[in-house]
Amino acid sequence: MTRWLAAYAAAAYAFLHLPLLVLAAFSVNSAKSAVWERFSWKWYAEAFADRQLMEASANSLAIAIAAAVLSTVIGTLAAYGMWKRRSPVMAGSLYLSLVTPEIVWGVALLAFFQGLFRFLDVRLGLHTVIAAHVAFSIAYVVVVVLARLRTFDPALEEAAMDLGATEWQAFWRVTLPGIAPGVIAGALLAFTVSMDDYVITSLVAGVDSETLPMAIYAAARRGVSPALNAISTVIVFGLGVLIVVSERLQRS
Amino acid sequence: MKRLRSLFLAPAWLVIALGFWIPMGIVAAYSVLTRGMYGGVELPITAESLARFADPLYLGILAKSFVLAGIATVLCAVLGFPLALFVARASSRKNLWLSLVILPFWTSFLIRTYAWVFLLRDTGLFNTMLIATGAISEPMPLLYNDGAVITGLVYGYLPFFVLPVYATLERQDPLLRDAAADLGASPWATLLRVTLPLAAPGIRAGALLVFVPSLGAYITSDLLGGSKTVLIGNLVQNQFTAGRDWPFGAAAGMVLMSVVAVLLVLLLRRDPESLL
Repeated sequence: MTRWLAAYAAAAYAFLHLPLLVLAAFSVNSAKSAVWERFSWKWYAEAFADRQLMEASANSLAIAIAAAVLSTVIGTLAAYGMWKRRSPVMAGSLYLSLVTPEIVWGVALLAFFQGLFRFLDVRLGLHTVIAAHVAFSIAYVVVVVLARLRTFDPALEEAAMDLGATEWQAFWRVTLPGIAPGVIAGALLAFTVSMDDYVITSLVAGVDSETLPMAIYAAARRGVSPALNAISTVIVFGLGVLIVVSERLQRS
Repeated sequence: MKRLRSLFLAPAWLVIALGFWIPMGIVAAYSVLTRGMYGGVELPITAESLARFADPLYLGILAKSFVLAGIATVLCAVLGFPLALFVARASSRKNLWLSLVILPFWTSFLIRTYAWVFLLRDTGLFNTMLIATGAISEPMPLLYNDGAVITGLVYGYLPFFVLPVYATLERQDPLLRDAAADLGASPWATLLRVTLPLAAPGIRAGALLVFVPSLGAYITSDLLGGSKTVLIGNLVQNQFTAGRDWPFGAAAGMVLMSVVAVLLVLLLRRDPESLL
């Protein structure tokens, strides 16, 4: 049976990984078609010379950094609060937010922002995208940080407080350094989900806040282009590295 | 002590209230309001939008979404259970095998879907290869159909199934299998009558995690299904953008959310420990 299982698993792994590997392979193909010609970096040069693509990348990076920082701070504090005492309503809300179809959450945020704009003089733009990304990234941060906290000995905090530390000092100088790898792992995940989101982003973005996934989506709907393969490969490789680092930190 | 704890949770409450519950409440309210003259919504309150789901056209979209999500879930189970079993039983490099399942779980869903456009379209890799080998002379219509959508869903959500199943398999006591073998069960009988039933909570959680996003799929059906495959997710998006019928879009969204809520409640009543 073991041999059957290994063969089956090999097929499943091939299914999971071959499509992206093939895409990466053809991104360094000099021909435009799906026939191999010879090795060339020219589509990468073309992708990096594309101003629209580069502006979208800059937007995406700015949004992802802002959203990751905010959601990591808020999510870490929340996880700490939930670790101190369970909060089933918060846990339930976060769980529901994780399984809510993105399209429904996206139109809900759009309707919310449109309603808000009747009272405030603002428009859809980078700030609305960042706000939306913070909302959907918090759950990921909480899950990762809470898992880390569950391996942390609460007695350490009590010891600090017995020695005269205030509650805040115990959190800031004892617990937080202890769970730092989990916090960084959570931040990397928040950055990743922010960099990757299309559905919610496309609904709450304004005309001047096109993100990289939006540019890729628009291009993908028009068809396949080698420059698109190239930029896709860069993103997959970049996010892949972040995920591997995040994984390592979560297990360390 | 209690005061500080509520301060720690306060920012998250603010974000979850403003960024999740209130927007969801607005959509719920919109679903029973009347369509405005220039988009938007107006009074009076009406059940008209919800009632439109009795229309065979929209009932068909609903049914199709359920069928495609159901097929994708079954395929994920068939493909994913043995994979989870393989990882859980791997004698060496278990972390590597697990990482290879987790990695695609996080790397760009959009790009992973786009990769299938590259593979399946008329001038894509599969058709080019088949024509080059002389197996076919005309490209096969692989893209823009339900099969392509199902492929994309299975590819996109397979890790969602594998991870919870792996978690339950990992916790199983290997001695149970030895006991079954000692009592005369063949490896296959042990698998079907010991391992599989004990993994049921993981299988249920995995099935939910695949079925729910598949039911609400938007990117997959839009990019791989073309204009032929309209699912509830596409209906919601369309009503809020080009269609400009927000109450109907909201009603479609609420139908989707109620299915999610029912499934979630059913799961949590059976396996309360599935929650965070």
